[in-house]
Amino acid sequence: MVNLSVNIAGLRLKNPIMTASGTFGYGEEYSEFMDLNRLGAIVAKGLSAAPRQGNPTPRIVETPAGMLNAIGLQNIGVKAFIKEKLPFLKKFDIPVIANFFGDSIDEYVKAAVELSGADGVHALEMNISCPNKQAGWIVFGTDPEIMEQVVKAVRKETKLPLIVKLSPNVTDIGLMAKVAEDCGADAVSLINTITGMAVDVKSRRPVLANNTGGLSGPAVRPIAVRMVWEASKAVKIPVIGMGGITTAGDALEFLIAGARAVAVGTANFINPTAVIDIIDGIEKFLTDEGISDINEIIGSLKIRS
Amino acid sequence: MSKYFKAEITDNISLNKHFKILTLTPQSDIVVPQPGQFYMLNSNNTYDPLLKRPFSIFGCKNNTLSFLYRIRGKGTSCLSNLRGGDIIEVIGPLGNNYPEPAGDFIAVAGGVGIASLLPLLDKRKNTGYLFYGARSKDESVMLSEAGALSKETFVATDDGSEGRKGLITELLKGFLNNLKSEISNFTLPIYACGPNPMLKELSKIARERRIKCYVSLEEHMACGVGACLGCVVKTVSGYRRVCKEGSVFDSEEIVW
Ligand SMILES: Cc1cc2nc3c(=O)[nH]c(=O)nc-3n(C[C@H](O)[C@H](O)[C@H](O)COP(=O)(O)OP(=O)(O)OC[C@H]3O[C@@H](n4cnc5c(N)ncnc54)[C@H](O)[C@@H]3O)c2cc1C
Ligand SMILES: Cc1cc2nc3c(=O)[nH]c(=O)nc-3n(C[C@H](O)[C@H](O)[C@H](O)COP(=O)(O)O)c2cc1C
Ligand code: FES
Repeated sequence: MVNLSVNIAGLRLKNPIMTASGTFGYGEEYSEFMDLNRLGAIVAKGLSAAPRQGNPTPRIVETPAGMLNAIGLQNIGVKAFIKEKLPFLKKFDIPVIANFFGDSIDEYVKAAVELSGADGVHALEMNISCPNKQAGWIVFGTDPEIMEQVVKAVRKETKLPLIVKLSPNVTDIGLMAKVAEDCGADAVSLINTITGMAVDVKSRRPVLANNTGGLSGPAVRPIAVRMVWEASKAVKIPVIGMGGITTAGDALEFLIAGARAVAVGTANFINPTAVIDIIDGIEKFLTDEGISDINEIIGSLKIRS
Repeated sequence: MSKYFKAEITDNISLNKHFKILTLTPQSDIVVPQPGQFYMLNSNNTYDPLLKRPFSIFGCKNNTLSFLYRIRGKGTSCLSNLRGGDIIEVIGPLGNNYPEPAGDFIAVAGGVGIASLLPLLDKRKNTGYLFYGARSKDESVMLSEAGALSKETFVATDDGSEGRKGLITELLKGFLNNLKSEISNFTLPIYACGPNPMLKELSKIARERRIKCYVSLEEHMACGVGACLGCVVKTVSGYRRVCKEGSVFDSEEIVW
């Protein structure tokens, strides 16, 4: 028997595999394909204090080995989540991590406070890849100062473990991870999607109704692995890695590069049992390699000098 | 019984240059599909194309599933290269289905939309009036098969190479006007699948005549199971997922 369990921000996960926000609905959608109890943790679709209707379509387009999405953070709002979705998730014996966002510091704080008061939410993941309407629509997570303000404001108002989800659309990801740590984050997760664009050459219009979208899937994986490596060198708090993970081997890359847990996103769409296959694959890898504890793998990267 | 299963390709037959029928044999017990439901298919575990594509169930007989498809882009080109014996992974059946007609009904198919409607015509043999619109004779695939299951068949093509030249919705209007004069309160529900402009026109026709109209919509999909919110359509009660609340909607619900 190998030990797969890891500790993150005071949460004990039975294995280091979780779902990436926005790719697993509110859990129900995939519950007919697997036993959700097998997951390390479940991260639900991003929530805002008030419901959001999201962008017009097309919202998604496939690109080589990846996809662009501009869903526009459509969600039912924190209140409806607590009332309609949380009771289902509470039936399972796994940590529920609520992902949330806002378009102002007040909105972030409001969502965080309401989620913190809900029985059955075990941790918060704060999506800072959103534009700040009070600061010229600069994305919170791309400016260290704006980021500091919002993370500090949320940290003050919640006692739940706080994971800050970093934007990859920055020059120095290590710096951003450090800002999160200094503001009191219990962990950082990365990467969110990389901003991209696809053009229809006949109409000469962007394919997505929103013009630009976020790139995810296998295409982003090498960038994500590099950023996880850099972030994990910059901070002492745990790093949760994601971006293009499709197989157990992909997940292991992130763990070796320094991630204490990983999340699976776009791969769920292609293989609705991807998370389970990855858990099984990691266990098999460890057994085959004669490693008894997953924690021996984490951060074990042997840098070439 | 799982909605995610492996299946072996039985055959993949060309009807002509653009259309093929893929038949597969699931390797485990499956959920029996209803007319109007769909499956997510891709050629294999490739990263490019990455996502599976949605296809309506076209046939379900003797433990095989079949799909009628038009070769359009990368995904369908790869599908067309599958051969007997190949194994693929399939998700389905997904989405809702056509509500069962109480009596006679009208089926309006635009092009490959016939794939979605044929199982309904088959289930309710000789009770459907089929209206089939296509670009040309070549493109009106499965016409005789669908016609054989229908009470009456009307065809229109853009170039007049099969049936009447023009739009199928014009043929339907003529048919409905005649019905009206024969029997005053005669209302047949409409079941439709095809390009959006056709569905929009049908919703107008149905509204004017106060008849029920069910439309099966298409939208780009990533997951097919309601998780990604990529496939939404604007309805009178906000955005709804085509893959979950649809793909069949009451046309009155849609903001056209
Ligand atoms: C519920 C549902 C059922 C369907 N059933 C059938 C069927 O039975 N037979 C069939 O031939 N086709 C069906 N389609 C359409 C089919 O999914 C698309 O033709 C296919 O995804 C195109 O993939 P591609 O990679 O070949 O084309 P791409 O290279 O992705 O695109 C080629 C063209 O197809 C369009 N397209 C891509 N994806 C979709 C989509 N999901 N819906 C509409 N247009 C799209 C693109 O905008 C582009 O113009 C259905 C679609 C839906 C949503
Ligand atoms: C359709 C879609 C919706 C997403 N929605 C959210 C969201 O609501 N909140 C969030 O923090 N990240 C969201 N993400 C980002 C993912 O959680 C993840 O960070 C990213 O997709 C990279 O992982 P992947 O390549 O495995 O998908 C979304 C991604 C996709 C593809
Ligand atoms: S395709 Fe993902 S929600 Fe419909």
